[in-house]
Amino acid sequence: MKLGKKTQERLYLAFCYTIILIGVIAVLYPTVWIVGSALNPNNSLFSSRIIPEGASLDNFRELLTHDEYPYLRWYWNTLKIASLNAIFSVVLTAGCAYAFSKFKFWGRKYGMITFLVIQMFPALMALVAIYVVLNMLGLLNTHTGLLLVYVGGAVPFSTWLLKGYFDTIPNSLSESALIDGASSFRIFWSIMLPLAKPMLAVVAMFQFVNPFNDFILANIILTSPSQRTLAVGLFNMVSNQFANDWTLFSAGAVLAGIPMMILFLSLQKYFVHGLSGAVKG
Amino acid sequence: MKAESQITVDYNGNKQRYISAALSAVFMGLGQLFNKQYIKGSIFILYTLSLLFTTVDKFASSLKGLVTLGTTPIEDHSLFLMIEGIVAAFLLLVIIGIHLFNVWDAYKNGQKIDLGEEVPSLKGSIKNLTDNFSAYLYIGPGMLMMLVSVIFPIIFTVLIAFTNYNINNLPPGNIISWVGFRNFTDLIHLASWRATFVRVFSWTVVWAVLSTFMSYATGLFLAIVLNNPKIKFRHIFRTVMMISWAIPGFISMLIWRGLLNVRFGHINRMLTSIGFEAIPWLNEAMWARVSALGVNLWLSFPFTMAVCLGLLQSIPGELYEAATVDGATGLQKFKSITLPLVLKQLAPLLIMQFAMQFNNFGIIYLLNNGGPARFGAAGNAGDTDILISWVYKLTLEVMRFDYAAAVSILIFFMVGGFSIWQFVRTKSFKEEELVQ
Repeated sequence: MKLGKKTQERLYLAFCYTIILIGVIAVLYPTVWIVGSALNPNNSLFSSRIIPEGASLDNFRELLTHDEYPYLRWYWNTLKIASLNAIFSVVLTAGCAYAFSKFKFWGRKYGMITFLVIQMFPALMALVAIYVVLNMLGLLNTHTGLLLVYVGGAVPFSTWLLKGYFDTIPNSLSESALIDGASSFRIFWSIMLPLAKPMLAVVAMFQFVNPFNDFILANIILTSPSQRTLAVGLFNMVSNQFANDWTLFSAGAVLAGIPMMILFLSLQKYFVHGLSGAVKG
Repeated sequence: MKAESQITVDYNGNKQRYISAALSAVFMGLGQLFNKQYIKGSIFILYTLSLLFTTVDKFASSLKGLVTLGTTPIEDHSLFLMIEGIVAAFLLLVIIGIHLFNVWDAYKNGQKIDLGEEVPSLKGSIKNLTDNFSAYLYIGPGMLMMLVSVIFPIIFTVLIAFTNYNINNLPPGNIISWVGFRNFTDLIHLASWRATFVRVFSWTVVWAVLSTFMSYATGLFLAIVLNNPKIKFRHIFRTVMMISWAIPGFISMLIWRGLLNVRFGHINRMLTSIGFEAIPWLNEAMWARVSALGVNLWLSFPFTMAVCLGLLQSIPGELYEAATVDGATGLQKFKSITLPLVLKQLAPLLIMQFAMQFNNFGIIYLLNNGGPARFGAAGNAGDTDILISWVYKLTLEVMRFDYAAAVSILIFFMVGGFSIWQFVRTKSFKEEELVQ
């Protein structure tokens, strides 16, 4: 027996909706759960309900006034490091990308390969070395030390992103400016940078988000609780074997996650574009 | 130099270029003087003299320190000697570079004299220099930053892999010494280390392949479903699914750590409340691996889905129309149009993703600390530990810095080989002529 074309199509649509439903539930389940436990008035998670009875904002209040967890301080540290990281990374990589894209010089090709290869390695691989070097420079437990590692690590990948974008700007533009007597810096400053604004924004965004996500480097470099970033602080709330601060953690996670989520969702187009554009070359 | 071989140059039998190059090679600046560039020559000579008088003995002792790594414990700190030595060796390379440049400069200007051309004045030289070198000025700051915080630590790590820097041998109380390839051979010869290394390595490969494959299969599948114009509200669904990428990764990983907890995790509470047995999500090797893969899929599918959606929308509609006219079924269209076109575009991304998953420390450590722990495993390697998280444990938990560095180098070769291979295949590389 052969199904009619219409029935077949309906079955296919039903199938599609089922798949979408599963996907949506899978994505929303942890999200709803964390909000629920942030609102949970009891200090434990022994509840199989997602939205607890007698929901309250007590956890948030407790978190913001907690002695052991300087949460607002962590938030401020992270915002500060994130902003500085974005600014410095953009400044440094814009120059590198401009040179790689528009200049011909000795070592260009090998420089580019070096950047590409290094970009593949997480700083984690040189953990001991980073620790010893920062220790020698007296930069352990300072935000400067952490920034140094973040910005240096951002250079290769971001340079590749930006270089690809500069490549799409026609050379005729800079050539005609050159004939008019503009210096290379002037071309860089008044032609290239304004044209590359969308990609500069992408680089800045990536580097802004990074300190929110990085746990490992921040954990090793920042040792005292008041210097910590959100990632390290929140991890320490729940990683302890006897930790029962899940509800406090949930409140912290919600406060940290929601702004990032909104930022990300409103700019997601650029994230996807940036990440997939980087490897097409 | 290419130009010389193509057109015949008449030097009138002059040898100025060779003589000045040779003079500059012997002592910096002499060649420039010989070419009558007095100011430039003097600058070079002053530079060399200042170098000779101030730093030669320092260089010698730094390089000696790199070779011996110190002789008296407490007094000599092997690690600091090593760092000083690397810096000295690097500066030496820079000085050699300047020297070679000086020889090249003398040769070039001597050539001009041989040809009867005018030698540029100092002002001209400086202008020439800045024009040629403005590219380096733009790259300089970024490169310097990378040198300090990425390249230098990598070199340092490579050197540590050839020493015996570990918990039994900590400076300044002890002197570290060079041991050649012993750390690498230990990983192969010592039975317990070999067993652990092989286990962790194979799981890393399985992990990277499976998580890349799963994320792409799921992403592509969802993209095809969502790309159907008959689905209502598909843009809203798409945005909702992006949430798992939008939440900062470490937060989601820690959330899942709570959800999957064997005792109080919400998933097991639900299972037991409807009569199932609790599942040891994070406490048993097999389940822990399944959990890690699952959570990673949850984290990574939105990106691949978004990319695939973009690719699907870029496939021209005429292709499908033509196929429909020819009587192709939906499945046939998928197999002969969608899949090949999408896969071709995805190939480079797949490779990047593989390299990323190979080193995906975050999910392994934040979800489960690489556990469950395994009794007697060398270097504390748990059942879900991948190479990179093992390196972390070797460093921070058992302080086998030497082995950690050796494993890092192995990862370096595996991932680095991959990324170079992928880069050489890209179009932008093939079209690039070697710039001299």
